[in-house]
This record gives sequence, structure tokens and C-alpha cells, in this order.
Amino acid sequence: MKLTVDGLLVYFPYDYIYPEQYAYMLELKRALDAKGHGLLEMPSGTGKTISLLSLIVAYMIQNPHHVRKLIYCSRTVPEIEKVLEELKNLIKYYEKSQGEKPSLTGVVLSSRKNLCIHPEVSREREGKLVDGKCHSLTASYIRDRHEQDPSVPICQFYEGFNREGRESMLPYGVYTMDDLKQYGADRNWCPYFLSRFAIIHAEIVVYSYHYLLDPKIAEVVSKELNKEAVVVFDEAHNIDNVCIDSLSVKITRRTIDKSTQALQTLEKAVSQLKQEDEARLALEYEQMVEGLREAAQLRDSDVILGNPVLPDELLNEVVPGNIRNAVHFLGFLKRFIEYLKTRLRIQHVVQESPAGFLKDVSSRVCIERKPLRFVSSRLQTLMKTLQIPDPSNFGSLTLVAHLATLVSTYTKGFVIIIEPFDDKTPTVSNPILHFSCMDSSIAMRPVFGRFQTVIITSGTLSPLDMYPKILDFNPVVMSSFTMTLARPCILPMIVSKGSDQVAISSKYETREDVAVIRNYGQLLVEISACVPDGVVCFFTSYLYLESVVGAWYDQGVVANLQKHKLLFIETQDSAETSFALINYIKACESGRGAVLLSVARGKVSEGVDFDHHLGRAVLMFGIPYVFTQSRILKARLEYLRDQFQIRENDFLTFDAMRHAAQCVGRALRGKTDYGIMIFADKRFSRSDKRSKLPRWIQEHLRDSLCNLSTEEAVQISKRWLRQMSQPFSREDQLGVSLLTLQQLQSKEQQDKIEKQVLQK
Amino acid sequence: MKTKKMTTSSEDVLLSVGHVRYKKGDGTLYVMNQRLAWMLENRDTVAVSHKYADIKTQKISPAGKPKVQLQVVLHDGACSTFHFVNPAGAEAQAKDRDQVKMLLQNLLPKFKRQIDGELEMKSKLLSLHPTLKHLYEDLVISKVINSEEYWNTPTLKHYTESTNMKQEAGVSGAFLADIQPQTDGCNGLKYNLTQDIIDAIFKTYPAVRKKHVDYVPNKMTEAEFWTKFFQSHYFHRDRIMSSSSKDLFGECAKLDDQAIASAMKHTTLDLTVDLPSFKEPIPLLPDDETHEKEKDGTSIHRNMIKRFNQHSIMVLKASHKNSNSSSSKTNKVENGMKETNGVEKRPSADKDVTEPVDKKRRIMEKIHYEDLDNVDNNEDTQELKLSKVERYLLGPASQVSHTASTSNNPPPLSALASVCQAWSSGQQCSRPVRVSAAAAVGALGELSPGGALMRQHHAASMAQLVPPAARQELQRLYLSCGELLRELWRCFPQPGAPPDDDAGTRAERFYDAIMRFRNLKLRPFEEKMLRDLTPLASSLTRHMNQMIETACAKYAVWQQRQAKLR
Repeated sequence: MKLTVDGLLVYFPYDYIYPEQYAYMLELKRALDAKGHGLLEMPSGTGKTISLLSLIVAYMIQNPHHVRKLIYCSRTVPEIEKVLEELKNLIKYYEKSQGEKPSLTGVVLSSRKNLCIHPEVSREREGKLVDGKCHSLTASYIRDRHEQDPSVPICQFYEGFNREGRESMLPYGVYTMDDLKQYGADRNWCPYFLSRFAIIHAEIVVYSYHYLLDPKIAEVVSKELNKEAVVVFDEAHNIDNVCIDSLSVKITRRTIDKSTQALQTLEKAVSQLKQEDEARLALEYEQMVEGLREAAQLRDSDVILGNPVLPDELLNEVVPGNIRNAVHFLGFLKRFIEYLKTRLRIQHVVQESPAGFLKDVSSRVCIERKPLRFVSSRLQTLMKTLQIPDPSNFGSLTLVAHLATLVSTYTKGFVIIIEPFDDKTPTVSNPILHFSCMDSSIAMRPVFGRFQTVIITSGTLSPLDMYPKILDFNPVVMSSFTMTLARPCILPMIVSKGSDQVAISSKYETREDVAVIRNYGQLLVEISACVPDGVVCFFTSYLYLESVVGAWYDQGVVANLQKHKLLFIETQDSAETSFALINYIKACESGRGAVLLSVARGKVSEGVDFDHHLGRAVLMFGIPYVFTQSRILKARLEYLRDQFQIRENDFLTFDAMRHAAQCVGRALRGKTDYGIMIFADKRFSRSDKRSKLPRWIQEHLRDSLCNLSTEEAVQISKRWLRQMSQPFSREDQLGVSLLTLQQLQSKEQQDKIEKQVLQK
Repeated sequence: MKTKKMTTSSEDVLLSVGHVRYKKGDGTLYVMNQRLAWMLENRDTVAVSHKYADIKTQKISPAGKPKVQLQVVLHDGACSTFHFVNPAGAEAQAKDRDQVKMLLQNLLPKFKRQIDGELEMKSKLLSLHPTLKHLYEDLVISKVINSEEYWNTPTLKHYTESTNMKQEAGVSGAFLADIQPQTDGCNGLKYNLTQDIIDAIFKTYPAVRKKHVDYVPNKMTEAEFWTKFFQSHYFHRDRIMSSSSKDLFGECAKLDDQAIASAMKHTTLDLTVDLPSFKEPIPLLPDDETHEKEKDGTSIHRNMIKRFNQHSIMVLKASHKNSNSSSSKTNKVENGMKETNGVEKRPSADKDVTEPVDKKRRIMEKIHYEDLDNVDNNEDTQELKLSKVERYLLGPASQVSHTASTSNNPPPLSALASVCQAWSSGQQCSRPVRVSAAAAVGALGELSPGGALMRQHHAASMAQLVPPAARQELQRLYLSCGELLRELWRCFPQPGAPPDDDAGTRAERFYDAIMRFRNLKLRPFEEKMLRDLTPLASSLTRHMNQMIETACAKYAVWQQRQAKLR
């Protein structure tokens, strides 16, 4: 249908539309008009992606000078693929109704591993190895060597792209990973570099968060992107964690050992080079003296990782004298590594600020702050000069270099914690140095500053007001939309006591209580007996999951469970879990039914959807608080309190509830879907927890559902399931949760939607 | 009556004997493929014809009697006697008769089997389903309705028709847990093992079957083998695998691991669950996950979790194996081809052929909003075929308890459920929908415990007051009564349905049956209750009486109307 959203003609590739989609577009348009940032929450399964795409694409076509580019960031590879398919649908619809393709190019960028078509390199299953092998075939000096000696292998696809690909632009259309591969294979061009090149000009770019948020990658990949762009972060409920992870470094003893080894290799290479070709080293030195750090313009194939610091922090100074010479630099690095080694040799926990750390470095091994800031880029130059064929062995050394650069660049918002052992195994010495970012706004700030509109959206962002605080930005629109429903297709319940009236809670004091564990088991058994097909449970942590499963085996709960359904459990090995998952799906599809035990914050809870029969009920056993004893967390909480006036408890509850919502939200992926959501913890019924759930869940969580015992919950579920299993047709939905164009245009409906938007 | 021509053209005459008298007329007896026929002399029409299937047995007159006769007795009790009157004398007569007798002797058993097959099926059905047996006892044996009517009721038809399909039963997920150990009083444990469980174990764990083949009976006895099995960590999943070679099943666990690992390698993961490739890796940096994995050792729980996953996967595999053995075979060939091809050819090429299509389909599925799109895609849905309807309605678990402990009162809802099911299936085609699904569900909800109409219902107190024996009897009465009432109601004309001619006679029959039922079954029960359970007695059957009265009233009104019409 073609609809007008606040005066903008939007092509929407479906015949019907949900009212909330329209409301969402209205809000989105306001943000685009204001050239400001936005924060929008809308439940999963209400067609968020297509609403975003339709509106922004329409906006770009009609206001080409206003918005030139759409950068769509999503979290997982399947999500990215879904976005591309939706975009394809949209463009197809444009083509159908206008008779010609709109002049837009949409392109995806993914890692080499997903895009490589080289017959040997692409066979590697690990991304790291693909990157290394690719580098060893495409680096500029390898290609120079190939000029002289044709027996040196190079990548034909890169060569092909290099010869022809840069001259032409991709024809209009949408390119998924497979399309790019096909396109590359047809022309003998490398899809990865093709896509790297194409994103600079393409109107729509779809890629993973890291390409924009992680300064190491963003510097290489996204530096040249147009500033008049709309950036969308989809599934952004965890965006602060992504920001923090991208600026944090963890050094273990293993890292130190490996980087020592790598350093030795480098030393050997330097001394060898000295004998054979001292001119090259001299040239490098000369260049640095002249401040031409990157005089020879870097070819895109040479750089895999950029500097870990953010663009505005980048130094335009000359590399300091004491590390210009390759030998001196290696000595310098060696000293730094030795220093780290001594720091790891401790018996008690140490926590200090970057400034304190720098001071200590300077007094103990005479390393000043200034040269330390150049370590990352200096190491890269050296590796290039030495023509290291496969840089994948130097990962640990690169990590240490990143630490050096980061610690000397940022003095605020970071903390250094050195722990002599893991808290779980206090007897085993396993020292770790955490260089941890505490302020997620550091990585976000350049993005907000650079692009005119940044939209942060997800199905679960509640409570919305937390995000502007922790990401430090001022949204012009901030809304949470609920799902209009023709039937109550979610049944959230808070089960606070077992059948024996013992309160159930994953509170630290009671979680190992036999009665609590038994009650959890009983609840699961009863639910699995009355709910068809798939049932998914989430535990608060993997450790808790393990101990509960152990107890359940002893109590016979597992046996009872197996009488009704097959049992699958998430493990820490993701390959194993994937296999269990695929069998879980098989079990659900064959009608046998299955139970999946999984972990909040785990891989399953973050990326796998349990739509329709794959998840008819989700149980959340306990409130998924983070491990509060972690020192990194404590430091972060303190920082948040001091800098942003966020109370520790508020943040912890916010974090726990967004994960809980994320977990239970996995079951509902659309209006025709239905699912039970059980929050099995007494504490969920307190208003500080309940009020932090997304609005679309809260709306259905009536007071009468907030303090149930196991039997009551089962009784209610049975009744509800009977209702849900009745045929549900479009006629039931039309006018309420589904609109035709006429219905949408009616005055009454417009007012209703307008009201919904203003409500917030 | 069929003409001779017809019969001869369609059937072979195996033997024809002249001079056979039947009911004072002389004629010829024909022994044919399917039946026995007799024709009057010089006539075209067959006067007597008995299908072999109808014949229960044959009798002959004893030797030395003046009349040489052969009598066939039919299943319905009727019989025909043929008198052999060959003018050549008694000897020739006897010879004629013996010829026929021998032939019939050979023929009859062949047809008998068919009949027996049907009977056998019926009796098996009755023995399998206690409710049906009760129904049979109450209705047929007490002569409320006759056997044919009984078997023609939709409930029964449902069973008889659906059992024609053969379905392989899967393996229960909890079969290992079903082996409940019992203490034998002197510090030992006793495990009860049935053939079913052994089958399940073999089906699910091929490694154990292999061990069994290897060791039994050459190296140890059956009992020893299973004792060892129960002692092994393999059975006790909370035990750590012992590395000693003593454990017979240590190897099995390893084999299982290998099987799973190879299966893991060979399955192409659906993109929605392929966790390792979800995240875009950051190039060159060491990923810390691989280190973590090496670190954690063998914890009991972790091992156990792995075993649970394996168990479920293998159970699933066991139940899939027999159903798609053919398809898996073809798959294997494909895989083999892939392996040999992949080396020379570009591996990405042959991956690309199948993968993107599949992948794309999956993505499309995921992003598709069925309610937003206008196209009504009537994809062919698979019909659900049930061989045991009861199991679908009640679940296998309750079925088990049903048969295992009859003293333990079976769920009263079960009867209702099966009756409901039969109702709906009986009406599917003929009766238009009168109540919307939502309204029906709403009503059902109100009628369930906790609903508006069940407020006054004191289920608990009833259950305590009524002794189990009486309750069971009442339940049976309800079942039979429901069956009869339904038949009666079905006879009444339905709006929109074409008028049924013999509905009147059928209605009359069932009306009579209900009356008989009330006199023969309900009244005695009421009297008995009056004696044993005075305060409750009348209330127990009040509802049933009400139902009967309503039906009778309806019948009376309908009868009147019919009379007026005529």
C-alpha cells in the first residue's frame, strides 16, 4: 500500500499495516525532520524493520539532499540477512509500482569469513584464519613480490577487483552476502573488498555494530562514510555493553607468553633484515622523522585493524624519537611486556586508575606516556616493513599494543583491575589484568556527533530514560509502542510460590534451597505437561543451571520431565548448543515436544527466536542479575553513580529486567503467534521490577496474575491455551490490530494513533 | 436373486452335482468359487445361494442313515439341508455328498479367516480399550442394542477405521527413568526390566545393542549383562566416567560421543541456530572463548548435561529412523558424493548450490508476516493421522496409569473427552457449525473447575463421599448413556440437511434402547444407591435422568410433528 505519513508518501510492501507501525513511522519521521536522535521501543514481531526501512527509504528518495545514506546496524548475522531480505522486498515493491528500480544501492558488509570466495581460503572455518590467509595473499608487498616472482601466490579475485572493480559502481539493487558472492564470482572480483569499496557510495549499508562502534574496525572500514546519514541500531538493548567491550582489554598470562614469543619472532626478523636489506629499515626511520607516518598511502588490504582509540583522539604528531628505530621500539615493547608480567605476579586484587598505572610504569621501567600512545600504530608500521606474511600469530602482541595505546590515551572512564585468581577457583593462580571501560558513552559519542540522526531501537528498551543517561545523548523522540492485539496472545504471569506455598526466588540466600529448586522443577514439569510443543526456560546463570539440573536429577524431576517432553540443555560450547538446538527444533516439529534449558545473557537468549510452536511457554527462573560481586561491575556502578547520578540498584534492576524481558520476548514473534511468559520469582511482583518491564508486557500483566502459585498458573495456562488454539483469521484482526489503507486513513483511527504516540 | 447366467459368467463352477433335493424340489447343487448354490431342475434362477463367508459349518448325516444329507449352518443360525437323491443308489449318493463335503472342507476355512479376522480385531479392540469393553458389556451383552448397531456407532467406527493404519511407536523419553529400582530389603536394588524397555534401550543406544550381541550369551548371561548395565556410569548419569577398562560400557559412552560428534559435523546448521557464526569476529584478536573451553575440566554436572542432550538426540533419532529409513539412505549417498567431489571441485561451489536456496527460504519464512500479506496461500497442510485417538486426547502417560492401575480411578474427563471427540467427528460433514469456536471454548472454560458455572461444584467433597466402586459404575453408566443419547439425537432431522427416510425407524430403535437401558441398568443402580448411599443417591443420577428426559421429550415432540405431517 502507499500511505502518507505526515505528508510523506511511503511505499509499504504489504496490503495491510499494523497501527503501531504507522505510529512508529510518525515518530521516526519527526526525528528525521529534526535531524536529531531517537529512541524507539516496539515489540518484536510487529514489523519494526520494515517500518524503519520503508520510511527512511521514502525519505531518502524524496529528500535526497537531506538524508543521503542509511546505515543499518544489527547485532547478529541472521538479523543482518533478514534486514537485507526485507529491503529487497521493499525495493521489489517500488519496482512493481513504479515500473523501474529506484536509484538506490543497498549493500551488506560482513567479515572475510562470510564473503570470501577464494577456493582455499574460504574453506577455513575460523574467522581469524581466513583473515590471516587473506592478508598473506593480498598484502601490497606480497603483490610486489609477485611482480618479480610469479610463483608467489596471490588472490586472483583481489587482483581482478583491483584491476577493474574500482572503476565501476555496483548497479542499483540490493546485495545480500550471497548476491555479492555471486556477483564477485561472475566477474572474478573479491566480494569482500568489493563491498568495502561499495559501502562508501551505497545509499544503504547494512552491517554489524562493530563496524561503527569499535574504533579499531570503524577507523578502517567506516571512516569515509557520509555524514548526512541516518544510523539505525536495531536490537540495541545491549548497545552499552557492545560499546564497553569494544574499548576493554583483558590480558592473561597466556597473552603475555604469546606476545613474548611474537616479539622474539619480530626481533629475529629485524636482525635478519638488517643484514639483508638495511635500506628498508632506514627508509622507515626516515619517514618517521619526517612525520610521514603513513606516507606511502596504505592500501586497504594492508590494514586489518586500526588504532583502538577514537578518531578525535588520534594524534597528528610525529612518532617520538625513542621508538622510531625498529630495534629501539622492540626493546621498548619488551620492557612494557616485562612490566606487565611483574604486575601479574600478585597475591591480592589491585585496582587503579590509568593515571596511577602510567605513573607506576614510568617509575618502574621508565616508559613515558607519550611514546606509549604510539605503540599500536608503530607496531603496525613495523609489521608492514618486516613484511610479516601471516599476522594472525601476532594477535596477543597486538592486544598488548592496544592496551598501551588505550591506557595512555584515556584517563577518564576507565579502570585497571588485576585479579590474581578467578573467584570461582580461588586456589588456582590465574592472574588477569582487566583494562575496563566503564563509560559506554565514550564509544558512542563520535557516532552521535558525526551522523545527523541516530535511531536506537529494540523490542525491549524499557525503561527508556536509562539509555540517554548511560549513552549521554539528547534524543528528540523517545517512545515506547505497545502491540495492538485482537486477542490476548501473551500471558505473562508471576509465579511467586510453589504448590507447597514456599516462596520461590533466586535470591542468593535461597537459591540453593532444596524446596526452591524442587518448586522450580515442579513448575516446569506441570507446565510441560499442559503446554504443547516447545517450552523454553531461562536460568540466571550457567552455574545455577548446572547445579539445578544436578539437583533435579536427584529429585527425579528430570525423569518426570522426560515423560512429557525431550530435554535439551544449553552448554558453554556453542557448537554443541547449536546441535542441541537443531534437535530441539526437530523435536518440536515432529510433535514430540521439547524443553530447552538455557541461560539469560547466554548466546541462545540473545540470538535465537522461538517463534510459534518452538516456544509456547517461556519460564524465567529468577531475576537475571549480573554477577554483582564482580569488581569490574562494582567499578562501573561507582562510576555511573558519580558521573551520571544513576543509583547502583537502579542500574542493576534495569539491567536485570531488560534481560528478563529479552528472554521472555523470544517466544513472541508476531501477532499470530502466542506464548505464555512465566516469571518465576517472588521479587518480580514488586513494583520496582514490574514497572521496568516493557509496556507491551506490562499491559497484560494484570494484578491478578502477579502472585500465583504453581497450580493457579497451570490452571490459567490451560484455560488460555484452549482459547488460543482456536482458529484466528484476518477478519478477527481487521480494524483492531490490522488496518487496510481506508481504515488507516479514517479520522477516528488517525486520532487513535496520534494519541498513542503522544502517550509515551 | 441372480440369474444363473450371471453367476456362471462371473464365477467358476468347481463342481456341480445333480439330483439334489432341497425343500422337496429336485435340482442341481453347484459348488462355486465364492458360494454354494442350488437351482431347481429346468429353471434359470438360483433358489439357494450361500456365500462361504456366511457359512459357519457343515454337517453331514451319519453313515448308515437312510437319507444322505448335507446341512450347512450359517452364522445367523439359519441352515439349509440338501438331500442327495442320486438314482444310482445309496453309494453314489454318498459319493456325491462326500465330493461336496471335501470341497467345502477345503474352501470354508479360507473364508472363515476373513470373518475371524474381523472378529479378532473387534475383540482386540475391546480388550485394548477398557471403556469400549464397558460400553459393550453394558449395551450389547445386556441386550440394550444389538451387536451390529454397536459396531456402527461413530465412536466405534472411529476406532475400527483408524486402527487400519500401522504406526510405529516412538521411544519414550523417560524409558530409563521408568526402570524404577526397588530395594529388596537387604541392601540391594532390584530393577524391573521389560521387553519394551530393552527394545527402547537398543533402539536408542545402538552401542549397547552391539555390546549385547558381543557378550550375550557367549561371555555372560542376559541377567549379568543387564546387572552390569545398571551398575555402569552409563546408566547412572551422575557418575563420572571411569577410565578403567573394567567398565563394560565405558566404550559405549565414547562411541556415543563419536556418533554425536560426527552427526554434528555432518548436519548443516540452520542459520537461525548457528550460534558460532552469529557474531562477526574482530579480526586478528585472540578470542578468549577457546581458552575457556580448554580450561574447564570434567565436572559432574557438565557431563550430565551433555548426556541429557545426547539422550534426547538419540531418542529423537531412534523414532525418526524407522519412518524415514528410505530418505536417510538417499541422503547418505548424497553425503558420500559430496565428500569425494569436494576435494577436487571448488568447495564453495557445491555448497552454494543447495545452501542459499535453503537459507533464503528460511529467511523469507522468518520475515514473512502472514497477516500483513493478502495472498491466501493454501499450502497443503498435513493431515494428522492418529492410530490411537485416546492417546492423543489424554496423552500417553494417563493411558499407562489407566491400564496399570484400574483400581486407581481413571480420570473422569477422559470419558467426556473421547465422547466429545466422537461427537465432533461424527458431525463434521453433516452438521453445519452452530456455535462459534470461541463461544464453545468460553463455555468449556466456564464449565471447568474455576469457571463461573462451576462455583457451586464441590468436586472434592463428592470425590470423598462417593466410594470408588460406585463412582466407577456411575462413570460407566454415563458413558453408555451418552452413547445412546447421542445416537438418538443424531436421528433427529438437522436444519439444512436433507430429510432422512429411515431416521424415524432408527430413532424409534434408539428410543427403545434408551428405555431398555433405563430399566435394565439405571434403575437397578439407583435402587442399589438408595440402599447404600442414602443421602446422595438421588443426586447422583439426577443429571443423567434429566438428560434422558430431555431426549425423550424431544422425541415425543418430534413424533407428534411427524404424525401431523402424515
